[in-house]
Amino acid sequence: MAKVTMNVNGKSRSAEAEGRTLLVDWLREGLRLTGTHVGCDTSQCGACVVHVNGDPVKACSVLAQELDGAEVTTIEGMANADGSLGTVQQAFQDYHGLQCGFCTPGMVMAASALLKENPQPSEAEVRHYLEGNICRCTGYHNIVKAVMAASGQQVEPVAAE
Amino acid sequence: MPKDTGIGASPKRREDVRFLTGKGRYTDDINVAGQAHVVFLRSDVAHGRIRGIDTAAAEEMEGVIRIFTAKDFEGVGGIPCGWQITDRQGNPMQEPKHPILAEGKVRHVGDPIAAVVAETRDQARDAAEVIVADIEDLPAVIDMKKAVAEGAPLVHDDLTSNLCYDWGFVEENREAVDRAISGAAHVTTLELVNNRLVANPMEPRVAVGDYAFHDDSSTLYTTSQNPHVIRLLMGAFVLNIPEHKLRVVAPDVGGGFGTKIFHYAEEAFCTFAAKQLQRPVKWTSSRSEAFMSDAHGRDHVTKIELALDADHNFTAVRTETYANMGAYLSTFAPSVPTWLHGTLMAGNYKTPNIYVNVKAVFTNTVPVDAYRGAGRPEATFQLERVIDMAARELGVDPVELRRKNYVTEFPYATPVAVEYDTGDYNATMDKLLSMIDREGFAERRRESEARGKLRGLGINAYIEACGIAPSQLVGQLGARAGLYESATVRVNATGGLVVMTGSHSHGQGHETSFAQVVADMIGINEDQVEIVHGDTANSPMGMGTYGSRSLAVGGSAMVKATEKIIAKAKKIAAHLMEASEGDIELKEGRFTVAGTDKSVAWGDVTLAAYVPHNYPLEEIEPGLEETAFYDPNNFTYPAGAYACEVEVDPETGKVDVLAFAAADDFGNVVNPMIVEGQVHGGLAQGIGQALLENCAYDEEGQLLSASYMDYAMPRAHDLPMFQVDHSCQTPCTHNPLGVKGCGEAGAIGSPPSIVNAVIDALHSGGHDVPHIDMPLTPARVWHAMQGGAANLGSAQPAAGSGNTTHDRSVGAGDTATH
Repeated sequence: MAKVTMNVNGKSRSAEAEGRTLLVDWLREGLRLTGTHVGCDTSQCGACVVHVNGDPVKACSVLAQELDGAEVTTIEGMANADGSLGTVQQAFQDYHGLQCGFCTPGMVMAASALLKENPQPSEAEVRHYLEGNICRCTGYHNIVKAVMAASGQQVEPVAAE
Repeated sequence: MPKDTGIGASPKRREDVRFLTGKGRYTDDINVAGQAHVVFLRSDVAHGRIRGIDTAAAEEMEGVIRIFTAKDFEGVGGIPCGWQITDRQGNPMQEPKHPILAEGKVRHVGDPIAAVVAETRDQARDAAEVIVADIEDLPAVIDMKKAVAEGAPLVHDDLTSNLCYDWGFVEENREAVDRAISGAAHVTTLELVNNRLVANPMEPRVAVGDYAFHDDSSTLYTTSQNPHVIRLLMGAFVLNIPEHKLRVVAPDVGGGFGTKIFHYAEEAFCTFAAKQLQRPVKWTSSRSEAFMSDAHGRDHVTKIELALDADHNFTAVRTETYANMGAYLSTFAPSVPTWLHGTLMAGNYKTPNIYVNVKAVFTNTVPVDAYRGAGRPEATFQLERVIDMAARELGVDPVELRRKNYVTEFPYATPVAVEYDTGDYNATMDKLLSMIDREGFAERRRESEARGKLRGLGINAYIEACGIAPSQLVGQLGARAGLYESATVRVNATGGLVVMTGSHSHGQGHETSFAQVVADMIGINEDQVEIVHGDTANSPMGMGTYGSRSLAVGGSAMVKATEKIIAKAKKIAAHLMEASEGDIELKEGRFTVAGTDKSVAWGDVTLAAYVPHNYPLEEIEPGLEETAFYDPNNFTYPAGAYACEVEVDPETGKVDVLAFAAADDFGNVVNPMIVEGQVHGGLAQGIGQALLENCAYDEEGQLLSASYMDYAMPRAHDLPMFQVDHSCQTPCTHNPLGVKGCGEAGAIGSPPSIVNAVIDALHSGGHDVPHIDMPLTPARVWHAMQGGAANLGSAQPAAGSGNTTHDRSVGAGDTATH
């Protein structure tokens, strides 16, 4: 066991971690930040995507102890300062880009990373980028629309196609 | 203009805010003070005799509290089955015991042998790895036809065979069907496999058991689509806990798709162990564990024959299906290939003679039960494939062949025991054709061919039976429970309402759409209505959410309870305005006296109900809370027409879905945004079944597709944008909302569209391939194009590839990967 400290969502946070403790378990169990989800055990599903030092990372694929001192943003840190939904979050609500909500944190984190890299992605680019995030509810249709809308591109409103 | 509020509007979902900010409360987010963790040691062989389980070393491991094996469950019941099928001879199905932990034998990879409870999950996992289970390998039965052959090894030694039941439906039709087929002008025969799938909600299952000594009560938090059903099954049949001492909570649930309907051993274990240990016990499934312990779906091997007369009228349908039950009977398993499948074999067509035979078989595989559509996708796939095949054999247009045989007059009693109340199949087909530019297809095909690709168009219809179900009817059919729904509407003094529903939302958005209905009925703002679900401590009873039943059955109960509220509120309003009750009208949240300018607001009446200073106490009680149960008198019958355009790369066999259009008739629609989302998701799962997903076992019963590395889930780049339409609406005639249900349609209607389109594409390239079994992976399509055994589901092994799907083995390249 070792004490691990990271800057999480703008605050210095510490919790114990074994050598084998994954970042996702450190966040969920150590800090009780349960917004980051675990959907698989082979780093395939993307439900646990967070940002580490600005980059999207599957939090099941890194050890907590290796990230001592890192800057981490989770879904809990994505709202605006006044508590309102951030741009990507709001687009997911506006375009019905979520149903059960379980893959949603990882989707939002991946999508916001995409828009940082590529502010005006094409539909094909969105689909390609989100390949590492599995959603079982939406068929991706409205997720793709939400990400396009969050980038400021024109998309059809929901239930009007 | 789209409406802004109420029925027919698409308000943003209220539940989204918590999900988008990481504030959802899923079962794994629940940590009860003092909880211990359990990890199950699971069988890594498909079939074996347990000679001994040595837990001595594991018990000495750090943090281990106790290790449980089957001997700790003496006097505890098995996991019950909720449906009993009667076979062709009138005998009940064979029903083996399903113990919480394996007794004497292990019967599938993943069967739990021992349970380690420790202070932490890691400690429990470490200890589980040290347990030595001495298991004598026994020959496994995986292929269904081999399982019912003479001399096959028995999955359950105390049963007479591996045949669960041999069911005929309708037995009285059989001879007439045989005669119609032997006298037909044309008979089209198709043998096919409906591939085994894994539901894969993104949230793995979780259970937390808790026990309170002070009042001897147990609480189970679980990832369930129907917490009341779990309370009843586990309390009454497994652990002998009365319902008033047992609370089951299913909080936010991350998708279900059927596999979270069933009562599972892990739920009973955690509840049992919490009392034994006087400590909360938590289990969180890993994904790999989910693949070998969540009930699977589909897995039928079928032969269907369609008979036509010289004018191409359908005269008979005869089917024989082998349905895999797996090693034990899951909660609804026996009903899926029978009542949810046989009753839909008329499809959208007025075929006069239909006979369905189903042989349900035990094998050394994970139990198989309902998965999105449950029986109805299997029925639809057979019919819509064999009709396309018949059209090709006869050289007629597949759309016209369907139209010629469509049921057009309603109500329509089918030869398979159901009565369609309403529908308009030509309307959805017309709508579909207006969406897809069929006339332009030839030009698009030429354009594809110019790029070296083969293009195909697949069109089909579907019908399903939803809104399950009339309790008396299903009782006659073998259901051991009623299938009504309940709702309690509690109005507060200040006018806000809490609706406690037995339906359960695990992605369907009930908190938004149910509030739209109640707010619309009263004429108040939706934010005055709170929808509460998922806790047996709240709603009186609940049969839960599956079979596209929430709005049709649960919504109807809510409407009935709200009607009772309004009726009582009118009495109070009449008293307040000194008017006759019959003259009171409720409109936009105000009660008025007809023909006068007198009115009182909704809030005045609700306040009077709880502060009854001026109140008709001699006539009615104070308070404003009503409960209603709604038991439907028929199923609902959503129907529609789907089309798909694909491109096949003849070099590789890879199929790309270029376009997919769905024209559905769901009756009335409460929230179009949510309905469209449901269709999108269903289409993705149907397309996944057709092109990607396959749960594969080898001949020894090893599960080959036990992770997302091997089980190909549809990803964003596998799917196109969908065209969906629900403007054809023939409202259900027997529920108060006129709704039919929309959750399963996409998954039911889409697999035949894909396969029809691929076969069409191959024929355009000169490949006379009658059928390919799902999933249509590049390897299978390419192989079929090379003239290999076209139907990989037939008894002949596919030459050269080794992938005889019939006995569930896969060869290299047979499992699609990303």
